[in-house]
Amino acid sequence: MTTAVNHNRRRFHARSAAASGAKYLSLVLASAVVLVPLLVILFTSLKTRKEALTTGPLDLPSDWFNFENFRIAFTQGNMMPAFLNTGIILLVSVTGTVVIGSMTAYAIDRFEFRFKKLVMGAFLLASLVPSVTTQVATFQIVNELGAFNTRWAPILLYLGTDIISIYIFLQFIRSIPVSLDEAARLDGANSFTIYRRIILPMLKPAIATVVIVKGVTVYNDFFIPFLYMPSTDLGTISTSLFRFQGPFGVNWEIISAGAILVILPTLVVFLALQRLIYAGFAAGSSK
Amino acid sequence: MTALQRDRGAGKPPAAADDAAPAGPRRAPRRKALRRHWWFTPWLYLVVPLAFLVTFTYLPIGDMIGYSFTDWDGISPEKEYVGFENYTDLFTRPELFKVFLVSGVYLVAAVLQIALALYFATVLSFNTRFRNLFKGILFFPYLINGVAIGFVFLFFFQPHGTLDSLLSMFGAHGKHQWLGDPDLVNKSLAGVSVWRYTGLNLVLFLGAIQSIPPHLYEAAALDGANRWQQFRHIIAPSIKPVISLSAILAVSGSLAVFEIPYIMTGGSNGSQTFVIQSINMAFKFDKFGLASASAVVLIVLILIVTWIQRRLVPEERVELS
Repeated sequence: MTTAVNHNRRRFHARSAAASGAKYLSLVLASAVVLVPLLVILFTSLKTRKEALTTGPLDLPSDWFNFENFRIAFTQGNMMPAFLNTGIILLVSVTGTVVIGSMTAYAIDRFEFRFKKLVMGAFLLASLVPSVTTQVATFQIVNELGAFNTRWAPILLYLGTDIISIYIFLQFIRSIPVSLDEAARLDGANSFTIYRRIILPMLKPAIATVVIVKGVTVYNDFFIPFLYMPSTDLGTISTSLFRFQGPFGVNWEIISAGAILVILPTLVVFLALQRLIYAGFAAGSSK
Repeated sequence: MTALQRDRGAGKPPAAADDAAPAGPRRAPRRKALRRHWWFTPWLYLVVPLAFLVTFTYLPIGDMIGYSFTDWDGISPEKEYVGFENYTDLFTRPELFKVFLVSGVYLVAAVLQIALALYFATVLSFNTRFRNLFKGILFFPYLINGVAIGFVFLFFFQPHGTLDSLLSMFGAHGKHQWLGDPDLVNKSLAGVSVWRYTGLNLVLFLGAIQSIPPHLYEAAALDGANRWQQFRHIIAPSIKPVISLSAILAVSGSLAVFEIPYIMTGGSNGSQTFVIQSINMAFKFDKFGLASASAVVLIVLILIVTWIQRRLVPEERVELS
């Protein structure tokens, strides 16, 4: 069997050596399309002002260790407070999402109650409406809550409009055997103890997924902080980077450095958690 | 011990009265014992999420439908009822309608994106060297911050910039205003969107392809099926649900394009999309009524598209039940 397959495969390979070449060519080409725009930004970020103006975009920087632009971007571009703001918002909203999402999933999956179908339908319908479309009215609500131009605005919105995480938890919680709940209940655990001591620890893989998906979304979000936190002190990495456009005008070497500063943490996280990230986004977007 | 007693003693009567009657017969065999709780216990867990859901999704939609029949400017305390005027405006003023043509460009790009992702997913699912490297490179753009992507491509598309230099390296001269020419701008921006999102489709497709049992390929190979036949008869049917999901996301995505064009061009040179237009109407020109009507139209369109997709492709994954 195996030899037959191998034999077949070998013949197949011989026949399609050209096809194989085309395959690698297409992969290399696609990788170049992805990487070239990023690499030229990296090159530009390492160039001096004069160099950036006189050399072409594809020319390499003369000094690979010229980090001056990064220093300027970091200090004059308000990137320090931006990372701090993003960090605070990220921490609170991701934690909140995990708590709220897992509780919702727990209530829906582990209890029988009236209007359950209605509740599920309400979440399902909401997941179909892109939140960017309702901002005209959401803005008024956030304003009335007094959250406009505070960190609460994005936190509340990230917590309030996240349905995907509920789905991820719901899918996962179904695979946790109900008999575990039963056993705990017989031992005298109430429903919150069951949630806290049994469900939540078992949900760890789902929590990892939600943290990644939500974390990347919040880290990258531009629209909500842009609309709800116009104050410069409250800039997140997206809005602070966006503001590079004005003061740094055509100083592409500094704008590039800013962009690299924002991309770098993403790259590090991606390299460290590749496997989890693929699984997370596959689960997150097919719900 | 006390918890158990309390749960049992007090929890039983209301549960029996409230719950068991309608829900009991259906669920009884599987989860009989689980019904031992207060009727309001699940609601304790649901009160916060439901409050959020209502406050930030349903209340805005309701408000928006209300605003859409008024001429409200978003600030003044009074608003006047204008009937369907905003809606007729949307559908009769050609400049407002133009955004749909822009969506069309993104839709075409999305089709291209799905085709590319499908091709690369298939290629990567066969024996390929450096598979994880290629997969990682192609996926990474999806994780990058939108503003950073905007800047990366503003630089890329500059006159005499990266793209022009590359083209002249390959002998294709001529200056292009990639973002300045109304005929080109949407294609350039849609290209950025393909660059950004192909990786997500790729990972989705690849995941689906890898869950196909390998013996199917082996059997097909023994039968002398070539790669195209394997794709056509084994891979394509198995990942149909994911493809249809991507198609629906492509349609609603191309209607709701916002970030990249807003960051890169601000909607100038004819690159205005539906969402940019609504946002500008509301927050720049203070026409909240018109902006609301436009958002309502968009939501209805997206719901229709979703509904059609659900009709065409019968439930292939278990939804919330």
